[in-house]
Amino acid sequence: MTMGTTTEADDPTLRQAILETLQRIAPEVSPREISPSRPLRDQVDLDSMDWLNFLLGLHARLGVDIPESDYRKLVTLDDLLRYVSAKRRG
Amino acid sequence: MFEFRLPSLGAEMDEGTLLEWKVKPGDVVHKGDVVAVVDTSKSAIDVEIWTEGTIHELVLEPNRKVPVGTVMARLLEPGESVEHAEAEMRALPAGAVSAGAHAAVASVGDAPAAAAPAAAPRAGTAAAAAPSRQRVSPAARLRAQALGLELTGVTGTGPEGAVTLDDVEKAAAAMRPADRAAAAAAVATTPAAAVAPAVAGRALAMRSAIAAAMARSKRDIPHYYLAADIPLVHLQRWLAARNADRPLTGRVLMAVPLLKAVALALRRFPELNGHHVGDAFVPAESIHVGVAISLRQGGLIAPAIHDVDALPIDELMRRLADLVARARALTLRSSEMTDATITVTNLGEQGVELVQGIIYPPQVALVGFGRVTERPWIEDGKVSVAPVVTASLAADHRASDGHRGALFLNELARLLQQPGQLDAGAT
Repeated sequence: MTMGTTTEADDPTLRQAILETLQRIAPEVSPREISPSRPLRDQVDLDSMDWLNFLLGLHARLGVDIPESDYRKLVTLDDLLRYVSAKRRG
Repeated sequence: MFEFRLPSLGAEMDEGTLLEWKVKPGDVVHKGDVVAVVDTSKSAIDVEIWTEGTIHELVLEPNRKVPVGTVMARLLEPGESVEHAEAEMRALPAGAVSAGAHAAVASVGDAPAAAAPAAAPRAGTAAAAAPSRQRVSPAARLRAQALGLELTGVTGTGPEGAVTLDDVEKAAAAMRPADRAAAAAAVATTPAAAVAPAVAGRALAMRSAIAAAMARSKRDIPHYYLAADIPLVHLQRWLAARNADRPLTGRVLMAVPLLKAVALALRRFPELNGHHVGDAFVPAESIHVGVAISLRQGGLIAPAIHDVDALPIDELMRRLADLVARARALTLRSSEMTDATITVTNLGEQGVELVQGIIYPPQVALVGFGRVTERPWIEDGKVSVAPVVTASLAADHRASDGHRGALFLNELARLLQQPGQLDAGAT
C-alpha cells in the first residue's frame, strides 16, 4: 500500500463522511472551521477516548480498521483523508 | 413497610426533580434495580433501590422538585401483606404519613415551619445600607431560588452591593441543616414548570454545584499535595504489544492500567480510600474509583467504577468506555454518583504535566495523572529517553500523613513497572 499524494484529499464524499463522524463525537464542531492542514486534535477537543470512538465510527461507516501504530501518521484532516482513501483502495 | 426517600446523589446535592417512575405498585424490586429517574443539577440519574421489596405506593408525582430525604414511595418488605402494611399505616400518627415534603422536613431536621434562615439577622444591615432595589446577579438569583434562600437576608459584596453567586453560597452555608431543609421544602411547593431544568439552567446549575462542592472541600479539608515522576517504558511497551493485533473494539487506553494500578496500590493504603464523615475518617471496604469526566457542554462529573482493584484490564476498559459514554449522555446510575471512595483525574489528555487536585468531599484523596511525555531518564547511571508521567496525590491530612502518601505514590510507581501483573490483580 502506498499513501496517496494526489487527489484523494479532495474527495468531497469521503471528507463529508469523516466530518460527520467527527461531529457525532464533538457536536459543537463546525466543519467549516476545521483547517484541513492543521493538527486535528489541536482544533477539536478530543481526548483518547474520543479519538478511539472517532476511529470506531470511521470503521463502522467506511470499513477501515486503523492499527494503533498508525495513529501518529494521522495528524491533520488531510492526513486522514489520504490514509482512509488509500486503505479503502488497499 | 418501609419508605424509599430521595437519596443524596453527590456532595452538593440537596434536591432533585423526579422525572419518571420506572416501577408501578405491585412490582417486586431487588437491590440495585432502577426505580426512578431523578434530575439533579448535574445529570438525570437512574436511582436504584437499596434493598428488596414490593412497591406499595408511589407517593411522589413526577416533575416535582423536592429536597433530599423526601419520601418517594412506600414498599412492602418481602413476605409482608398489603393488609399488614395498611394496618401499620393506620397505626401511625397522621402527621407521620403526610405525603411528600412535609414528611421529609420532619425527618431531616424536625425544623419548625417558622424557622428563618440564619442569615436573616443580617437583613437589617443590608436594608439600611441599600434602601433601593436589591441588585442580584442572574446566577445568584437562580441558585438562591434552587436553595430556597431568601435573598433579602443576603448582603451583597459585588459591584454596587450586588448579591453574587458567592454571597448566596456563603449565606446558604451559614444556614443550619434544619433551616436548609425547611427552605428546600418551601422550594418544593414551587410549580414544577417554574423549576424545570432547561439546558442553559443546567449548565449554570452544574457550575454552582461544582462551586459548592469545591468551596466546601477547600474550606473543610486540609489538603496536602505530593507528586512523583513515574517511568512508563514497560507499561507503554506492554500496552502497544497488547493493542497491536487487536481490532479497535479490543484496544485498551493508557488510562485503564493507570486506574487499575491506583486501585491495587490503595489496598495497602486504606487511609486514602474512604470518606470523612462527621469528625472521623471511615475507611471503605471496597475500592470504587471515581473518574473525572469533562463534559462537552462544560462542567465535569466524577462517577464511580465499582471494585476496580478486582477487574481484569479488558473489563475495566469496557466499564470506562461505557461510563464515559453514559456520563456524556447524562444517563448515570445513583450508585455511580455516590459510591466513589477516591477520585482519579487524567488531565494529561489536555497536555498538562502536573495536576494538583481538589478532593471531592467526603472522599479523602484524589490522584492526578499528567501527560505522558518523553523525558531524559537516569537509571543505573545511564541516561536514556523514556515516556514519563507525573502522578500526583492530593490527600486529606485529617485522614493520612504525607509520609504515607509518599509511600502510596512509590507503590503506584512499583506496580506500573510490572504491567503484566496488573491484569492478574496480584500485588
